[in-house]
Amino acid sequence: MSATPQPGAGALRGRLRPPPAAIAILFATLIGGALVLASGANPLEAYAQIFYGALAWDNLPNTLNWATPLVGMTLAAAIPLRGGMINLGGDGQMIIGALAAAVIPLYLPGPGPLVAAAALIGAAIAAGLYAALAAWGETRHGIPMLISSLLLSYPAVGIASYVVRFPLRDTTTGLPQTALVPEGARLMTLSGPLNVGLLLIAAIALVVLFVDRRTVAGYELRMRGTNARFAGYGGVRLEAQAMRVMFASGAIAGLVGAIIVLGSQFRFIDDVLLTPSYTWSGLMAALLANGEPAGAILAGLFFAALQTGGFAMQRETSVPRVLTIVLQSIVILFLAVRHGAGKRER
Amino acid sequence: MSGLVTPFLMQSAVQAITPILLASLAGVLCARVGVFNMALEGQMLVGAFAAIVGSYYTHSAAGGVAAAMVAAVVFSLILAYGATMFRGDAVVICIGMNLLALGLTAYLLRVMFGVSGTFADPAIVGLAKIRFSALQDVPILGWGFARQTPLTWAAWALVALVSLILFRTPLGLRLRGVGEQPDAAETLGVDVRAYRVATVLVSGAFVGLAGAQLSLGAVSVFAENMSAGRGWIAVVAVMLGRANPLYAAAACVLFGLADALSIHLQSQGLPNQLTDISPYVVTLAALVISHRRRARALLSPEVALATPGGAAEPLPDTR
Repeated sequence: MSATPQPGAGALRGRLRPPPAAIAILFATLIGGALVLASGANPLEAYAQIFYGALAWDNLPNTLNWATPLVGMTLAAAIPLRGGMINLGGDGQMIIGALAAAVIPLYLPGPGPLVAAAALIGAAIAAGLYAALAAWGETRHGIPMLISSLLLSYPAVGIASYVVRFPLRDTTTGLPQTALVPEGARLMTLSGPLNVGLLLIAAIALVVLFVDRRTVAGYELRMRGTNARFAGYGGVRLEAQAMRVMFASGAIAGLVGAIIVLGSQFRFIDDVLLTPSYTWSGLMAALLANGEPAGAILAGLFFAALQTGGFAMQRETSVPRVLTIVLQSIVILFLAVRHGAGKRER
Repeated sequence: MSGLVTPFLMQSAVQAITPILLASLAGVLCARVGVFNMALEGQMLVGAFAAIVGSYYTHSAAGGVAAAMVAAVVFSLILAYGATMFRGDAVVICIGMNLLALGLTAYLLRVMFGVSGTFADPAIVGLAKIRFSALQDVPILGWGFARQTPLTWAAWALVALVSLILFRTPLGLRLRGVGEQPDAAETLGVDVRAYRVATVLVSGAFVGLAGAQLSLGAVSVFAENMSAGRGWIAVVAVMLGRANPLYAAAACVLFGLADALSIHLQSQGLPNQLTDISPYVVTLAALVISHRRRARALLSPEVALATPGGAAEPLPDTR
């Protein structure tokens, strides 16, 4: 993307210059290491555990399983970012998708796979419309989408939390959760922890890549990201585009929620979806690549590996796994400050 | 209606307003010098955590407040230098800072105190309340302020102080100049970057106070993510108030009342999952209504910054 050149950076930008992301990761590793050292643990051992926990052959399925929702949320964040927009409401959109996917199979009769398909589609549409509401808030009511998308997230989370505690609560258990989705409507298991959701997200990733590189819509979106005013003069209907883009972004977020419900939890459980903060990690990954889908997917995979490794680190050493969130944010901060990551056209 | 406005309701409203008000004052200052500060949420969380740490180790609330201010200022260095000297995108930096605050406080909570979730300890001294028994008999406002922490009083004093400085002093003129016409200010010999850095750091201290009020004000507890969206509401208050301290304070009062109302509704038996969303719904409604009242072209610069095609550096003010 057309980040304005850093002063004095042009002369240095030679072939020998290491990629910024690598420097950022190194930098984060050093600061994180210092933090671990200060808390009285061995940073090398902690990092070794992260590495082993994420990438050892036996642990790869876990990493992929963690990457499924994270890369999904990365795509949801990357699409608007490609056009210079930021969707901060991924949490609410994911929750709406998850709730729709948990409720539809309970009330819709029919053969399992059809019900599952209906649940997935319903989740995508519901969440997509909710996200489009944020775009509508900007175009129609002048509320910046950055703010409206985030603020809309809270009511969605609150209402979903209410719904699973009261009207839709599974009264046979004492927990705030909906009844189990019938077995036929669950996503098929591939092997171990992996289910069809992985393939679904992979397919969406391919579609996003294709649309971004090979279609008019993708071109128009990139044009908007580079210069929104120019895109407008060039005939792109910016308001309609914002609504479409946000619908697509929200729909993917909703699918992620649906995949978690239909693939691994089989019911909507309050709070469980938001604790891993897929939304924010996904947004970080997308920002890391300035919304360019291929780079964002790679960054999403990297963060997924980091977080999966974090579990192993916490298990084997005394270092808490939230360290990985710290590492992630240092990476993005370093890139934002030093290399204008996510810098949008003025 | 008469049963709705009770001393308890007013007291909880004023208490709920304090952190949002302090943070929005910080936001106002930053907006005035042309830095869009969206990191209030994270700064507040850092302040809240540092306040607990300070109070725990010094056994005094003052120690906690001091620690909160120092920690929030240090944390603000990222935005202060990142968005000025290094010309990073303020929005991206702020998103990163919010996540860093979330991760760092959770990490330190586990490492320093060996707990996750919430931390409470008898060694933590909360802020004492200043009691004005005379005020207790004055309806509404008196009820609200009869028993509040020094930080609540400080917050309202700062509203007046910030307004005075911004609009009635040469320093305020320079600050506004830095935000509205940086080139012109530069020409007049004002060091734009230095003013921005200093303002962001000072506003960091304000948000530190907000965090201290949060963790030491009502209950002496730190909970992960305890800022719970208040920083974002402060961002909206800055927007609604068009970076004017008095209007922003008015917006904060609105949120405080919504918050207190949600507490009232809870006591009436409504589930808290539903009542908790009322500040956000009120916020959205206020944004919609405030937009109706003016044309898009009149939007304040920080709103323009946040819209697509917006810039990290301020645009010339069109007002």
